[in-house]
Amino acid sequence: MSPQEILERLTANFPDSAFGIEAKLDAPVDPWIKVSPQHIIGIAQFLRDDDELQFDFLSSLSGVDLKGKLSVIYHLSSLVKKHKITIRVEVPTEAPEVQSVESIWKTANWHEREAFDLFGIRFTGHPDLRRILLPYDWEGYPLRKDYQVPEFYNGMRVPY
Amino acid sequence: MGLLDKQFDSSNIVVTSLDNLLNWARLSSLWQMQFGLACCAIEMMAASASNFDMMRFGVIPRATPRQCDVMIVSGTVTLKMASRIKRLYDQMAEPRYVISMGSCSNCGGPYWEHGYHVLKGVDRVIPVDVYVPGCPPRPEALLEGLIKLQEKVRHESLVKKKSA
Repeated sequence: MSPQEILERLTANFPDSAFGIEAKLDAPVDPWIKVSPQHIIGIAQFLRDDDELQFDFLSSLSGVDLKGKLSVIYHLSSLVKKHKITIRVEVPTEAPEVQSVESIWKTANWHEREAFDLFGIRFTGHPDLRRILLPYDWEGYPLRKDYQVPEFYNGMRVPY
Repeated sequence: MGLLDKQFDSSNIVVTSLDNLLNWARLSSLWQMQFGLACCAIEMMAASASNFDMMRFGVIPRATPRQCDVMIVSGTVTLKMASRIKRLYDQMAEPRYVISMGSCSNCGGPYWEHGYHVLKGVDRVIPVDVYVPGCPPRPEALLEGLIKLQEKVRHESLVKKKSA
């Protein structure tokens, strides 16, 4: 299916404006569809289980800091249908809460932990949301644009 | 005149100073702490493999710090790893030596400005004897660093009392 057909399939099943479906299908690299962070789990379930779509593989889940907003990007592909699409959600930096899709694609478990570790995005419903790369006693979320490198960590000077 | 030259004199007797003998033994069997941190570790493995054969200098990788003389810090020292490296160094028996291999462990390397998670030089947590520059250094460079360390060991004295 082309991105246009995927978008039409999605809007036909989620017609309400509350789902916040917007799209940019002429994006330079990956055509994307933006959805509401409160409804990502229902939409993800549909994307995986619909016979036409069958997005059975979450290639990647990443966080992005858009200054003022944090974004989560889901790169989905279908091994059966040989098509792919990018889904994104945006949340305010002050209250970054997104529903976890761990129950739909198990891959999301560690990916969401990474996005939580580095951007501080809270994935509600995640079974084990704790830091995955940085030490557990680390403070702050380093990939945020306003992150300040600490002067010391455990007695070791950090700046050059 | 070296130790071996004297060995082939008439009566199978070697005359040398105790320091010379001990240092010769020590520098010819610098056992290495077996661990690697990043891409420098690949070059370290190449230095251990048959083309460069670090073992001909008596460098044998050991899997426990208790049996090691030299720690080759091969790669990026993250802040999370730094406390582990410090602990491993503390577990090594004296006399112990450290070779800092590559730009990352020398000074932070490419992470010097934006590496929020990188220790800017392993010498901030443990003392370093030899710095090997490069990103990563070729095996020849590591071997030269090793020979420099052997030079250092050769001129030390375990017998003489150190001044307090």
